[in-house]
Order: sequence, then structure tokens, then C-alpha cells
Amino acid sequence: MKLAYWMYAGPAHIGTLRIASSFTNVHAIMHAPLGDDYFNVMRSMLERDRNFTPVTASIVDRHVLARGSQEKVINNITRKDKEVKPDLVVLTPTCTSSILQEDLQNFVNRASLDSQADIILADVNHYRVNELQASDRTLEQIVSFYISKARKAKVLNTTKTTRPSVNIIGILSLGFHGQHDLIELKRLFEDLDIEINQIIPESASVNDLRLLPRAWFNFVPYREVGLLTAQYLQQELDMPFIDTTPMGLTDIGHFVQSIQSLLNTFGINKDYESYLQYQTRHTSQAAWFSKSIDCQNLTGKTAIVFGDSTHAAAMTQILVLEMNIRVLWAGTYCINDADWFRSRVQSLCSEIVITDDHNLIGDMIARTEPNAIFGTQMERHIGKRLNIPCGVISSPVHIQNFPLSYKPFLGFEGTNQIADLVYNSFTLGMEDHLLDLFGGHDTTQILTDTLSSGAEINWSPDALKELSKIPGFVRGKVKRNTEKFAIKQGHSFISLELMYEAKEKINSSES
Amino acid sequence: MNLTFECETGNYHTFCPISCVSWLYQKIEDSFFLVIGTKTCGYFLQNAMGVMIFAEPRYAMAELEEGDISAQLNDYEELKRLCLKIKKDRNPGVIFWIGTCTTEIIKMDLEGIAPKLEADIRIPIIVARANGLDYAFTQGEDTVLAAMAQRCPDKNLNIPSNNSEKLAHRPLVIFGSVPDTVVQQLTNELSSQNITITGWLPASRYAELPVIKENYYVIGVNPFLSRTATTLMRRRKAKLIGAPFPIGPDGTRAWIEKICSVVKINPVGLENRERAIWNNLEEYIKLIKGKSVFFMGDNLLEISLARFLIRCGMIVYEIGIPYMDKRYQGAELELLQKTCIDMKIKMPKIVEKPDNHNQLDRIRDLKPDLVITGMAHANPLEARGINTKWSVEFTFAHIHGFTNAQDILELVTRPLRRNSNLAASYNEAYR
Repeated sequence: MKLAYWMYAGPAHIGTLRIASSFTNVHAIMHAPLGDDYFNVMRSMLERDRNFTPVTASIVDRHVLARGSQEKVINNITRKDKEVKPDLVVLTPTCTSSILQEDLQNFVNRASLDSQADIILADVNHYRVNELQASDRTLEQIVSFYISKARKAKVLNTTKTTRPSVNIIGILSLGFHGQHDLIELKRLFEDLDIEINQIIPESASVNDLRLLPRAWFNFVPYREVGLLTAQYLQQELDMPFIDTTPMGLTDIGHFVQSIQSLLNTFGINKDYESYLQYQTRHTSQAAWFSKSIDCQNLTGKTAIVFGDSTHAAAMTQILVLEMNIRVLWAGTYCINDADWFRSRVQSLCSEIVITDDHNLIGDMIARTEPNAIFGTQMERHIGKRLNIPCGVISSPVHIQNFPLSYKPFLGFEGTNQIADLVYNSFTLGMEDHLLDLFGGHDTTQILTDTLSSGAEINWSPDALKELSKIPGFVRGKVKRNTEKFAIKQGHSFISLELMYEAKEKINSSES
Repeated sequence: MNLTFECETGNYHTFCPISCVSWLYQKIEDSFFLVIGTKTCGYFLQNAMGVMIFAEPRYAMAELEEGDISAQLNDYEELKRLCLKIKKDRNPGVIFWIGTCTTEIIKMDLEGIAPKLEADIRIPIIVARANGLDYAFTQGEDTVLAAMAQRCPDKNLNIPSNNSEKLAHRPLVIFGSVPDTVVQQLTNELSSQNITITGWLPASRYAELPVIKENYYVIGVNPFLSRTATTLMRRRKAKLIGAPFPIGPDGTRAWIEKICSVVKINPVGLENRERAIWNNLEEYIKLIKGKSVFFMGDNLLEISLARFLIRCGMIVYEIGIPYMDKRYQGAELELLQKTCIDMKIKMPKIVEKPDNHNQLDRIRDLKPDLVITGMAHANPLEARGINTKWSVEFTFAHIHGFTNAQDILELVTRPLRRNSNLAASYNEAYR
């Protein structure tokens, strides 16, 4: 047993559901107890999805415990097949169902006989892999299922497109700024004169997966999801892939160069050098910004970085090489990818931390006292407690990390967004520090000045205690309204009863 | 005219009952809640509790690993290790163990281990099985309170006073977790009828659990507390007062009147009190009168809320509800029926264990003015032009007693006010 109240990566089934629900017309059925369909709330809340999340549960209850699921799962699959006519149903085990050890594959086989849809069982072990590993595996599973299916039906299309083209693999729902990154990636490929063959799984149709081989190569923007699929496609269909994340100017450079040399192997000679130069000088302001005198106050500043391996590694590189900020240590919670992460950052910082224990990270931040933190929502809150500013650079995230405005982390526009994020984190820290030095904002007078300060209103101890229970952000308003009410009624003393009476009688719609 | 009850497939969305730790740890100030489950449970709590998680909450997961599942590790030793750490870090007055689906399936003997460990580490340990195999959302609180009811002392050890002699009636204990403010408000209402509340289950500290003896009166404030009621009756031999719940001015009055009638006190001024509250609600009632509402059902407050909204003049098409205890909610169902007759509207259909897919079909046909539903369906319904109110807010808002009737209508009318204001603006997109 492990004592924990926060986890960086969710349980495996979340990963499977993120893949399944990213495709169009794919329905996931979870074999799960009541209440495990929390994924639907996250989709609907965080992404503000206008559509019903295509995930339902085949409920595991007492009867299932006693007698097994029997026909229940099969009925739920065939029912969904009729109701929504999906192309594919993904039966998703949960931690609960995996210890029941029911033969879910058997249910899948039997339901397949009566359904129009394809049906597969997500192959993930809940006690060994996390959300990210599971999504990587599920995507590979779906792609390989449809590649083999197309092969058997002899409809696999391996004719390459006339112009150079790419598949973008691993854009999925609930990803960190994924939708914005996708727009930026499309722009990048268009600038490089490369056609986009398919983007999976986001908004893709499983029926089109047979066209994947038409692309000249594959591209995996984030390490966490998509590598298995790219490796599978390389093995099966000899498709090369690029997995350099174009985050930060240095890696955008590497990304463009690797495409150039890849095209070279196909006998296409492109020279992107002048394009890179132009974009770095004009589209991206990050390099100039770093040189401008604004950024002089970043000299000698320290930071720490923590997040998923893609974002934490890229961020460390940007801070060290592109903004000349000392990174005290960098870390990731992607324990399975530790070797890669180490190889990426070992020349950039002196200490590397691989852990999924938030307590350890909290202690390290407290001990090393950086000037700024670049991490997940958890580090943001650690920073709040320790009064250290934090920029959020990776999942897990909250609703504010699904901004409406355009905020990519990848590509040239991404470099601008990151530069802002870094700079703002530090200036806020500086402002804080100056305020501290000069004794803070002098707002005491303003805060105590209520409407009735001249009117001699007294509060009973009971009522004051009650007032203190009201959340801070509305307390002032309640206090003023109650005092207004008391004055109107001709009272100069506010008792608990009067306070409740005020609440009953003041129509809050008018205030 | 009779109420009709239906039961569907149980394919509906609700919160897992372990979510009760989020409000119970705040209510019971010296408690620590240890949820013994998997990453799935932890992920749910982490997301459902939002920012609360960062405020050093007095709850944690005992996350089961592969070794626990396959019994390679000793449950007793593992729990002892974690509980000693909790004792050292937080020194709570009581530790609650929340059993989950996984502890059920692997048959971890929490009830057996707890007394031994309790003696070992000298902190009371209370076990509640709040799992998704058996229960929905608010029923989690029911399992916790039922377990706590067993721990209520049967004599007052602390204060040797003879308080009970001064009472005008036999001692009365109220059960149900409500914020301290609401406790205070309901206490005031009853004391103005000369009724004294002997204690609340739960109190704000574990050490303040009320004395419950044979023949004490007990009454619930919430509709989802059937197990607690049963435990108090069967195990503690208390007398349950069956009444509608104090939600809305009509419910509050009926609740107080029922208590008065049982303890043989003539209620004073209740009618005026209720009327004054209704008068203050007029502005809100104008907005909802004649409008229709559909409860998809997820927190068991549905019957009481529907009854109140019908009294406000709304038409209720369907009351979805996870679980319907016709005995514990008997008085509430009766009041619902009476309200429908008084207001001359058709009895709504009560659908137990609803099927969300079927419900969405019915919503498409009926086009109600308001759907009260979980967050999973709210945004998609709004996108289809249906006003929604997120049902979970009713669980966290203050909704009990006369004073808070306005808060209920504030919630109910919010989507209507907002959407009609937006629709009135020039842009077609808001319609």
C-alpha cells in the first residue's frame, strides 16, 4: 500500500478512453462499478465538449460479483451497436474488473457475432501501466487491428502520395494544449511544403486507418503517446518516423533538419535553412527577447522543471540554452521513460529527479528554493505555499489549462508563448520581492473601510463567528448588506438572528 | 391519482460514494479519512475535489498495489504502517477507513482488522463501505454515519449534569451532515418552538458524538440516510420520526410540525413564518411558474427538490433517483403526492436506477425548460438548446431550513435567468 493523495498520471483506463473518444464514431464501454465514468465529466468540463462523450459503463454491481457478468456486457455492446452505430466498440477493463478475472475476450468474441461494429478488448494491465502508457498501447492496438484487417481484405493502400506527406500521431483529447499545438504543427508542415496525410486519433475515422501507409513518414509530437504506433508502422510497413518535439527554437531547428535529411533519403532535396532563419528572426520573438535588456534581470536566476518527459525535457533545454537560466534540477514522473529523459537533460542541469511522489518534489523545491518553478498544477500549488511563482508546462492540469485563446507550446508561435510564460513568472517574483522590501501594498485602511464605518454598528460575538465562516471573497459583501439591512430596520446591534433574517429578506438577485 | 414508480437499467452517471469524504472531513474537524482503493479512486477524488486537494486535506488514499491484490503483503501490517504515519503527521481524533470496490472484491476484512489496530495505535478507527458496487454518491455519507451511529456513547461521560430533566420532551437527536451554519439555523427554528436538540450525528468533533439511548427520538435532515435510520432504530433502539425533509419552506414547516406533534408541543407561528418566506421568494417564483423540469437523478435529493419546485408552480416530468427507500422517504412521498393534488398537476413518474440513454431520448421528446443533471450531460445538453442545472451543486449549497429556501431557487433559476438574458442580446449565437 502507498499513502498518497495526488497522482501525476491517471489510471490505465483513462488512457484507453482518451484514445477511443478521440476517434470519431468509436464507442468505449467500461466494465466498471457505478461512478467510474468520471471520464465523461472531465471531457465535458475541461474540454467543454458540446457532444456527449461516447463512453458508457456496463455496470459491475453485487449481482455481477455473485454470478458474473453473464450476458450483461454482451447485451450492452450489442445495444450500443444498434443505438449509435459505431465503427468500433472498445471494451475497457477497469481496476475493479481486472481483479474479477472475467473472460472479457470471450464477451468480445460473442458480441462480434451480433454486431455491425468491430469490437476489441483494450489490452492494458491496470496494476502495471498508467494512463499515458495505456493510451500509447491502445492507439497501437487500434492501428494494428485496422492495418491487419485492411491487409486481409486487400484494401491496404500503400501507394505513397505524390508529394511528400506525413501522419501526425498522438494528438488526443485532454492533452496539454494539444489542440493549439495541432494548429501550429499544421502551419509548420505547410511551410515545409509537406502534406498531412492523417492525424490520429483526434477526429480520425478508423475506416481511414488503411490509408496511413500513404504517408512518406510518421511524426510523433509527444513521447508519451504514439511511439508504439510509429514503431509498429516502421516494422510492418517500413515507414520511418521523427520524434523530435519542435518545442523551443533549438529543437524546432533539429526537427526541421531531420525532416530535411529524411526527405533527402527519398531523393528530394530541400533546403530549409533560409526558412528557419527567417522564422527565428521574425515569427518567433523569443531569441530577440532573450537578448533584449528586459531579460537582463533573468541573469543568475534559478528554476526547477518537473512534468511529463516531453515537456520537462524541452523546457529544461529552453531555460538553459535559450534563456540562460540556471536549472537547479529537472525531473519527470514518466518513470518508464527515465533513460531517455536522463540522456536529454544530463548536460543541462546537475541533478535529475525521476519520481511520481509529489511529497518528494515538494520537499526538493523547499530545499533548493528556486526563483521560479515550471511544473504541473501540483507544483503550482507547492509554489503557492512556498511563495515561489510557477508556470504550468505539463499535465496534470486544470480547466485554466484549456484556454480559449491560442496558446500553443510547439512551433514558432509556441516559442513566443513560452517566453511570455517564463518572463511573467519571474517578473511576478521580482514584483513580489520589491513589495516585500518596501513593506507591501498599503491596503489595510481600504479593507476595513466598510460602508457603515461611521454608523456605529456592533456585532454580537456569535454573529461575528458566523461571519468568519463565510468564504473570504463574499464576506465583505455579506457584512455590508447585513449592516445596511440593520440600519434600515433601525438596529445598531447585529445578533445572529438578525443576520439570518437579513439573509432571508435581502433578495440576492437585486444586489 | 397515484405516484408511479419505475425501475430502469441502472446505466446512469453519478459520483462514486467515496466523494462523501470531501464534505465529511470538513464537517468532522478532527477526522482523517483513509480511502483504501486503487488509482481509479484516487483519480476520481483528485479531479472531483478540484482545488480542495491542495489545501492539505485530511484525507488520503491507501493505494493498493499488485502485492496487496494478490495477498503477498499483509493487510494488517500495511494498514498499521500507514495509520501510524497519519497519527504522526496529523494526530487525528478518529480515522475513517473507506472501503471501496476493490476491498470488497478481494474481501479485505476491514471490520475485522480495525478493532485490533485501534487497540494497537490507540486511535478510534471507523470502517464504512462506501463503494460503487452497492451505493451512489450521497449514500456514501449514509454508510459513514451508520458506522458512526454504532460509536455514539450510551451515557454521558463528560458532563454529569441532569440536563435531560429540564427538557420539555424526550431527548431528540438529528442525523445528517450539514454545515455548522445550517445546524445553527435549524437549532434556532426548533428552539423557538421550545424544542431542544440533544445532539447531532455527526457533530463537528468525534469526541462530541451525541449520546443515543433507547427510546430517544431521532430524525433525519437528508433523504439519503436510510441505513443510518435503520441502524439507529435497530441497534440503538431509538424512535425514528418519519417526516418530510426540511428542504424548502413547505418541507421545513412539515418537518418541524411533525417533530412538534411527536413530542406533543403545539407549534407557534409556523404558518406566518412559512408565508413570510414564500413572500420573499416571489421574484424567483415568477421566473419558474408553469415551467417544466426533468430530474435525471444522481444524488437522492430529487424527491424533496421536486416536491418544493412543484409547490413553486413548476411542472415535473420525471424524477430520476438512484435508490428509492419508500419507508424512510414515506412522509416525503406523501407530501409530494399532496402537493401535486394541491397544485393540480399530473403526478410525476419516479424512475429508480434510471437509464441515461433512455432519459436523453425522453428529454429530446419532452423538451423540458430545465434539466437537473450531472456534469457529464450538462454541456452537451446546453449545446442542444436545453437549460441545465448541475445537480451536484445542490449537495454542496445550503438548502435546508427556512433561511436557505432562497438559495435553492437561486440555483434553479440561474440557468433560466442567464440564458434568457443572453438570448435577449443581439447575437443569434447565444440562442
